[in-house]
Amino acid sequence: MAKVGVITFLGSLDDRDALRAVSTVGGTPVPLWHGDTDLKGVDAILLPGGFSYGDHLRCGALARFAPIMAAVADFAAAGGPVLGICNGFQILCEADLLPGILTPNHGQRFICRDVDLIVQSESPWIGNRAVGESITVPVKHGDGAWFHPQEGLAELEANGQILLRYSEDINGATDRIACITNAAGNVCGLMPHPEHAVDPLLGSIDGQLLVGRLIAA
Amino acid sequence: MRVTVLVRPKQGIRDPQGEAIGRSLNGLGYGVSAVHAGKIFDLDVDTDDAAEAKRIGEEAAAKVLSNDLIEGFEVIVG
Repeated sequence: MAKVGVITFLGSLDDRDALRAVSTVGGTPVPLWHGDTDLKGVDAILLPGGFSYGDHLRCGALARFAPIMAAVADFAAAGGPVLGICNGFQILCEADLLPGILTPNHGQRFICRDVDLIVQSESPWIGNRAVGESITVPVKHGDGAWFHPQEGLAELEANGQILLRYSEDINGATDRIACITNAAGNVCGLMPHPEHAVDPLLGSIDGQLLVGRLIAA
Repeated sequence: MRVTVLVRPKQGIRDPQGEAIGRSLNGLGYGVSAVHAGKIFDLDVDTDDAAEAKRIGEEAAAKVLSNDLIEGFEVIVG
């Protein structure tokens, strides 16, 4: 059974939900600690949501220098699957493992609700759902506006790196982009929380697509 | 030696914090057409060499204190 490491940073708060989500989709969850440098032989890595280092400086800007991040960068460079959710997405962007950066919501409000996300590119990260299909996953963030300069956006699109767009503009993200990958496609990040959408009791199980990718690799 | 790093949002980058402050200032009757909110970092670096202090400030600013996609910085020594 695939082992999926979930990293707890100082200030992570969705790490336990993420560990549980990994179990729900049939993987073996492995807790990892930000201060470690050993990935304990995991097959995939999940960086969970939260407020690492109190969101000081910029969201994710300090966590990117945590000791474990060098091992995560090596793992990603070797093609290992890495999923960053919310604060995990912010950390991956600040670490230059994903393009762009997360900035404060333009509406200046914390948003906490289900959102519809439209598939932009067929990808194993979203179960190869067809372009134009919609999935439902909750968001809960104050700094979720993904920003990328117009220059280079077309290239991301052409490479199939833009996986999901919000069905409506909820936070001011560039071109309503919600979920992206790196050029190689093995590192994926999004502000919505798939780990909160894996159980029918909570409404949607569409989050199983993204978390499930970690055990299918 | 003290090094001060000023970090400002780049022109054209949306700055919700500055917008909120601007609205409040205008609500108080100050005629302010725009506010851009940045950050100040005073670093007391372990050197008395001004050139070395500037180098440290610039490296810290580029690597940690600012993100080039959205922010610019200025380093002042002394």
